[in-house]
Amino acid sequence: MEKDLVIIGGGPAGMAAAVAARERGLKDILIIERDDRLGGILRQCIHNGFGLHRFKEELTGPEYGERYETMVKDMDIDYMVNTMVIDLSEDKVVTAVNKEKGFFNIRAKSVVLAMGCREKNRGALAIPGERPAGVYSAGTAQKIVNIKGYLAGKEVVILGSGDIGLIMARRMTLEGAKVKAVLEIMEDSGGLTRNIVQCLNDFDIPLKLRHTVKEIHGRERVTGVTTVQVDENFKPVPNTEEYISCDTLMLSVGLIPENELSKKAGIEMNPKTRGPVISDYKETSVRGIFACGNVVKVHELVDFVSQEGEIAGRGAADFVMGNQPSEIKVKGSQNEQKKGVKNLGGIICTICPNGCKIQVAGDGTISGNLCKRGVEYALQEMKEPLRTLTSVVNTEDGLMVPVKTDKPISLKSMKKAMEELNSLTLVLPIRLGDIIIKDIGETGANLVATASLGD
Amino acid sequence: MYKIAVIGGGVIGGMVARQLTKYEKSVLILEKEGDVAMGQSKANSGIVHGGYDPKPNSLKAILNVKGSKMMENLCKDLKVKYRKNGTMVVGFTEEDVTQLKVLKERGDLNGVEGLEIISGEEARLKEPNLDETVSCALYVPSGAIVCPYELTIHSIGNAMDNGAELKLNFQVDKIENKGKYFLITSSKGDVVEAEYIVNAAGIHSDEIAHLIGDRSFNITGRRGEYFLLDKETGDLVDMTIFRVPTKMGKGVLATKTVDGNILLGPTSEDIEDKENKETSAQGLGLVREREREFFKNIPWDKVITQFTGVRAHGDQGDFIINSPMERFVNAAGIESPGLSSAPAIAEMVVEMLMDMGVNSEARADFDPIKKGGTNFKDLSMEEKNALIQEDDTYGRVICRCEEVTEGEIRRALRENPPARDVDGIKRRTRSGMGRCQGGFCMPNVAEIIADELGISYDEVTKMGGNSKYTFGRIKG
Ligand SMILES: Cc1cc2nc3c(=O)[nH]c(=O)nc-3n(C[C@H](O)[C@H](O)[C@H](O)COP(=O)(O)OP(=O)(O)OC[C@H]3O[C@@H](n4cnc5c(N)ncnc54)[C@H](O)[C@@H]3O)c2cc1C
Ligand SMILES: Cc1cc2nc3c(=O)[nH]c(=O)nc-3n(C[C@H](O)[C@H](O)[C@H](O)COP(=O)(O)OP(=O)(O)OC[C@H]3O[C@@H](n4cnc5c(N)ncnc54)[C@H](O)[C@@H]3O)c2cc1C
Repeated sequence: MEKDLVIIGGGPAGMAAAVAARERGLKDILIIERDDRLGGILRQCIHNGFGLHRFKEELTGPEYGERYETMVKDMDIDYMVNTMVIDLSEDKVVTAVNKEKGFFNIRAKSVVLAMGCREKNRGALAIPGERPAGVYSAGTAQKIVNIKGYLAGKEVVILGSGDIGLIMARRMTLEGAKVKAVLEIMEDSGGLTRNIVQCLNDFDIPLKLRHTVKEIHGRERVTGVTTVQVDENFKPVPNTEEYISCDTLMLSVGLIPENELSKKAGIEMNPKTRGPVISDYKETSVRGIFACGNVVKVHELVDFVSQEGEIAGRGAADFVMGNQPSEIKVKGSQNEQKKGVKNLGGIICTICPNGCKIQVAGDGTISGNLCKRGVEYALQEMKEPLRTLTSVVNTEDGLMVPVKTDKPISLKSMKKAMEELNSLTLVLPIRLGDIIIKDIGETGANLVATASLGD
Repeated sequence: MYKIAVIGGGVIGGMVARQLTKYEKSVLILEKEGDVAMGQSKANSGIVHGGYDPKPNSLKAILNVKGSKMMENLCKDLKVKYRKNGTMVVGFTEEDVTQLKVLKERGDLNGVEGLEIISGEEARLKEPNLDETVSCALYVPSGAIVCPYELTIHSIGNAMDNGAELKLNFQVDKIENKGKYFLITSSKGDVVEAEYIVNAAGIHSDEIAHLIGDRSFNITGRRGEYFLLDKETGDLVDMTIFRVPTKMGKGVLATKTVDGNILLGPTSEDIEDKENKETSAQGLGLVREREREFFKNIPWDKVITQFTGVRAHGDQGDFIINSPMERFVNAAGIESPGLSSAPAIAEMVVEMLMDMGVNSEARADFDPIKKGGTNFKDLSMEEKNALIQEDDTYGRVICRCEEVTEGEIRRALRENPPARDVDGIKRRTRSGMGRCQGGFCMPNVAEIIADELGISYDEVTKMGGNSKYTFGRIKG
């Protein structure tokens, strides 16, 4: 088989690359994805907070993914799912395997690497102790809960306060688990301030900075962990050990770009990011092989992943068609969102990525907001915080449908809303946007599906 | 009523059972855990020692040299990964040279072939990353590596293919001698009868002996902790490197494994609770410190896991292979070089049983070749595709790190001895043994197990017992 462009990985980076390459005029494109559907890690990130830059509205992960999936389908771009690329050579021969074709080779004129990243695990941390069931990397737990629909733990300690850890703290709490603590070895959390507010503070989950797990207990299932405080050099502080009984330890301790294939192709790597060295056009050290998204470096926001994907896709198209590479226009600002606990104090507006820190003085004057919407937000937050609820709903054949409320609801109505959606069993097919429950929990909001499932 | 009950599904129990099935079909293996190869035979260094170390004329010396010579062909029959990578015992001082000479002399006496004392430079020619302070080495060309749990699982599988039976979750708690046979009771009250018993219960072999009133030996648990490094670091070392023993003991080793990973360790520490397989900060720290003697630049950031093995250290200074009572044989205190010696131990034990009346006429229908078990990865692309045509589950990759397919996982749930949990799949297929340690494949492996066994997803365990992964459906 021959192809002008083979894109390895059908996450947001890969899909954006495909769309951009097609828009530039390239016909013969193939996306190869090992999972059973396009979308990448977004499929299990059922929470909202995606797309504020790219689509100027707040989407859940599956919604963001499906927008691109729809573009790929509408543009008639070829893709294969349930197909794993297992080898890539310097002269761009892609070897893949699936059930229908077995092992097969594709000669590609250009390649875009969009394989995403993987999580660091317990072994990399060398946490001593037993090796029972119940030690999960947070993303694995997220897959078990959100995709498979099973409860990964009842009493949970989370190590690492990056965004995945924070998101899972809320997720497990909503599903009825008790999250006993989130431990962070650094002096501040690496997670977005918004996530600290909405995932921990909303649910009174303690965040313990400068703490780590010293030992894991339990021969069969986790029975507890010993935690310890650390000093500036990350050395344990004597006599600060504390035993927390729990059945689950979730690790959210960092991601590593997934570059096995890049290495096989002899691509030069950046030891710091652990991704390929790339040019402005996202081309790697091997001519005609481009890379984008989390395979290059770990991105916090999917919007920038898509943007990088577009540049890589255009680069690949230009390479194949012999065009002069086009000028790179970066849309929007790549403003860092505010991170960590240190930004707390005042109200962090979460309406747009600016993340204004709003102060409400005793006399009711409001300052710190860049726009009007901040005023409303701050007043509401003072009175009663409103949040979009996201979860999953069961179906007859066991697949889980991701859902959200179509507008924010009050925190205290969440429990009732969860009870209502928990008792439901849907029949497929379901379309994105379908109303699942009208006026859920008498909140005035509807529960809507955030992905299409079934034919 | 069985002819022979073998207590313990480790490499010794497995090899003994297989050796027995050459003559006798009625063999029963009793194992207390939910799978075989759960004791020492799972967590060890995997070295097939040359045999220079044990005292001449000891059982350890005789059986090690004999066993390691048998190992290569046996591994072929059983389809077990084995490689003669060679061993080097390295030294740093003049005194160490003297020690090496003692080792060589001993090895020569024991019948180890090809031993040679070489200089530091020669050693570095063989292993370029060896530290420059290494000044001398004993080169052992017959040293080899093997996959210890695969050896155990496949020997038991082959025994079962030839008629042996396996009872898991059967912890022997009571043995009554009924004159012509033994009545064996488990901790749950299950009962089996057998004319003969082989005690191959590893760290608990003294407790089994106590059950028939044999108090002639005791076993202590001696813990050894390891680091396992990513295959990416495979260039660090290819052979097995030991240090010249000092008064402090044998020290740690560094070796390539048959799968291409690097293994560093073990420590040696007596422990009270024999089942304590915890790793410890001290132990792991000690390994880091000691390994520095061999290599300056160990890529510690490429560690993928740590683990502990517990040695069955006997108090008799040698393997304890004897018959304390008619129709009962101990194969106890089988610590290192027990893996290397296993094939020879099995022959010895079976000869003892024959002397006590077990059939000694070879069965014509014994098949020494392990059924199935062919490594999918070793097939050519054409062979793989032919297999996928027949069974398309071989076209679905489940474990991304080790590239293990659904077909291989399903097969591990069907072939003898069938896997019953996620760790069992891991030991049989390597799914979950790579750099992400199951983070990616575990949710899908659990689904395949549930499907094959006809159980629900939340009943799947990591390693039997109470080691469940999930607590039921989140909805409905
Ligand atoms: C828990 C979590 C929460 C997040 N929250 C937010 C948020 O609130 N807002 C936000 O903007 N961003 C968020 N992100 C970040 C964002 O989701 C990621 O940056 C983005 O998904 C990365 O896209 P990608 O395409 O590079 O990688 P991925 O989404 O990981 O896609 C890579 C794809 O490649 C496939 N693949 C890999 N190797 C192969 C192979 N050999 N053969 C075939 N296919 C292969 C994989 O199956 C996968 O589908 C979050 C991420 C996580 C994990
Ligand atoms: C850290 C370490 C490193 C080693 N390195 C090497 C090496 O490099 N080379 C080498 O040659 N040797 C090595 N050895 C030694 C080798 O691993 C052992 O000699 C060998 O595995 C012994 O096998 P076994 O079958 O006797 O014991 P085990 O594998 O422990 O098997 C005993 C079995 O009996 C079962 N059992 C116990 N009690 C009962 C009961 N009451 N009822 C039913 N079942 C029971 C246990 O669950 C277990 O499965 C090492 C050992 C250790 C611990």
